[in-house]
Amino acid sequence: MVADSTIERHTIAVLVDNEAGVLARVIGLFSGRGYNIESLTVAEIDVADAISRITVVTSGTPQIIEQIKAQLDRLVPVHRVVDLTAEGASVERELALVKVAGKGNKRVEALRIADIFRARAIDSTHDSFVFEISGATEKLNAFIDLMVPLGLVDVSRTGVVAIARGKSAL
Amino acid sequence: MADRKLTGSEMIIKALVNEGVDTVFGYPGGAVLPIYDAIFQQNQLKHVLVRQEGGAVHMAEGYARSTGKVGCVLVTSGPGATNAVTGLTDALMDSIPLVCLTGQVPTHMIGNDAFQEADTTGITRPCTKHNYLVKDIADLPRIMHEAFYVARSGRPGPVVIDLPKDIQMALGTYKDLSQVEHKTYRPRMKAEKTEIEKAVAMIAAAKKPLFYCGGGVINSGLKASKQLDRLIKLTGAPVTLTLMGLGAYPGTDKQFLGMLGMHGTYEANLAMHDADLIVAVGSRFDDRVTGRLNAFAPNSKKIHIDIDPSSINKNVMVDLPIVGDVGTILDQMLRVWKAKGLKTNPKVMKAWWKQIDGWRQRDCLKYNQTGSVIKPQYAIERLYEATKDRDCYITTEVGQHQMWAAQYYKFNEPKRWMTSGGLGTMGYGLPAAIGVQVAHPEALVVDISGEASFLMNMQEMSTAVQCGAPVKVFITNNQYMGMVRQWQELMHGSRYSESYTDALPDLVKLAEACHWVGLRATKAEEVDDVIQEMISIDRPVIADIWVDQKENCFPMIPSGAAHNEMLLGPDDEAQQSGSEEGMVLV
Repeated sequence: MVADSTIERHTIAVLVDNEAGVLARVIGLFSGRGYNIESLTVAEIDVADAISRITVVTSGTPQIIEQIKAQLDRLVPVHRVVDLTAEGASVERELALVKVAGKGNKRVEALRIADIFRARAIDSTHDSFVFEISGATEKLNAFIDLMVPLGLVDVSRTGVVAIARGKSAL
Repeated sequence: MADRKLTGSEMIIKALVNEGVDTVFGYPGGAVLPIYDAIFQQNQLKHVLVRQEGGAVHMAEGYARSTGKVGCVLVTSGPGATNAVTGLTDALMDSIPLVCLTGQVPTHMIGNDAFQEADTTGITRPCTKHNYLVKDIADLPRIMHEAFYVARSGRPGPVVIDLPKDIQMALGTYKDLSQVEHKTYRPRMKAEKTEIEKAVAMIAAAKKPLFYCGGGVINSGLKASKQLDRLIKLTGAPVTLTLMGLGAYPGTDKQFLGMLGMHGTYEANLAMHDADLIVAVGSRFDDRVTGRLNAFAPNSKKIHIDIDPSSINKNVMVDLPIVGDVGTILDQMLRVWKAKGLKTNPKVMKAWWKQIDGWRQRDCLKYNQTGSVIKPQYAIERLYEATKDRDCYITTEVGQHQMWAAQYYKFNEPKRWMTSGGLGTMGYGLPAAIGVQVAHPEALVVDISGEASFLMNMQEMSTAVQCGAPVKVFITNNQYMGMVRQWQELMHGSRYSESYTDALPDLVKLAEACHWVGLRATKAEEVDDVIQEMISIDRPVIADIWVDQKENCFPMIPSGAAHNEMLLGPDDEAQQSGSEEGMVLV
């Protein structure tokens, strides 16, 4: 059998015990084996059982993607590994805080575009806004690109979180 | 029952005993003194005092590999833990079950750059299967037992438990949790029926099947080797073994083609290249085995049986992966094979064996022992002849002698051959031999060694004397780092950069200084006598065998070459200049 060499982007959800060092294990696995991390988010989702959910967006050949999943799955504190890209439809969202500084027309234009993108102004001074925007990664990229000529000074993004469509749980 | 409160150190001893540990290899220091105090006050655990922590880990590896049990190590914080790192990495690469207890500074001092503090869990995270830092005495019993479960289950490996000194002294309640099921780590053991049916059908239909088996068979237990033997005999197919797999199938059996890979036999490698079905059992398509990947076994379908899903399709894409325990799956295959009354076609198999016998005619392991200069192959072959009928265990260091040992020493049983395969750790053999000897006090344990590797951990000679381990170190002494010299000759224009050891110690006198016996052979006619004398002495012995300094290890698949591009001997060297791509590879 010959390995397929096309590069694919996959979003992988990993349920882990929320214990010391678990994130280091996951990140160390990616760096140690030369896998890509395009984005990574982590937060506790079950306080009683101390379970965290990691969402990692990665890219590689189908063979590498399979390796990544197998390597993640054999880490001792890992409960489940699910490839959301491979297993049916899923929705992905990302949140960004975008700071734009400026005066006059540029300021008006920034507000107008924010409105089109359904971004909310969550902080305002005489010469700056902080917008909160959520959506698909591409939408955030487009919004940030449009803010550059209008005085973009700072961006903070959460990275992708994702969940499968339909009624079943991970 | 109201449990009496125990100190952390007492709990550690109790947990070790409940896990069946009888020997701990270790070295004391400030951060483990409470545990050493607890060891002093009991008589269920034996402690082997080593001379450097690296030696302790290799001893535990030898102990584990030769018994099938989990090896146990105890070292102090900081340098004690960092010295253990090489052995832990070695055990991870070769899937050896270990539990390594490391001392740590007290919890309230962690992160303050305290004396002998190191971030042990951080340092060992990539070189262990799993590790723990115990921060609460209440977690200690669970972690102790979980560590043993993780070390021995699935694909075995090393586990570190980092133990702050205050935890060792804290009081708590011990509970034997050795039977508690792990909440996340439960490796799949058994295969689906459909997978088994597909596999046996593929074997029955193959024209040129070949079993390619590795250390996973040995790790699965003695039963796995027995089942493998049955299945291979039933199919009539040839079998080759990896370096780690030697002994998984009888080395003297006629269906065994010898080891495969970079220094494997001509017949094993050409059979891999020509096979139409490769049945990989507990082996991992390592680069030392496959040679150039795009020329590897080009016309074959592949079945891969392995307990570690991450081994599947890692280097080589396979047609039928089966994840599970090798012994269990071989058992399933045997049942289905028999139930369905399957057979390989005798005519087809005869033609396959005829082709293999043609390759065997090349007699790829022949060498010329003429004159009195000792050929290293001859020395090892004579050692084999002198010890093959005894209860004997062999360890090796890393390099040419290791490959010669793999080629010329035949293993008919599993767990008799201890070598550093994946990591290739020079200095492994002597401490590993001591670990084997501690586990098998009555057996003959020989470390087939080279002088350069031996020097890397020779401080452990003192350990052998103190713990009463009469190991034999059989040194094929050529004054070179032989394998480095061989590569320099083949790929770097014979520029022997820093591979010659001037000023070696006199190994016979060294032996005497360390309360060992030193023997020496400088001529071929002395080899047998030295071997006999070595075997007959009930004390540790160095046999310093002065061998041909320029001998190279053949057959050889040069880096970046394919299985059918082997060098069979010095005459092939002239044509070989070494490709640029090959030179980059190690």
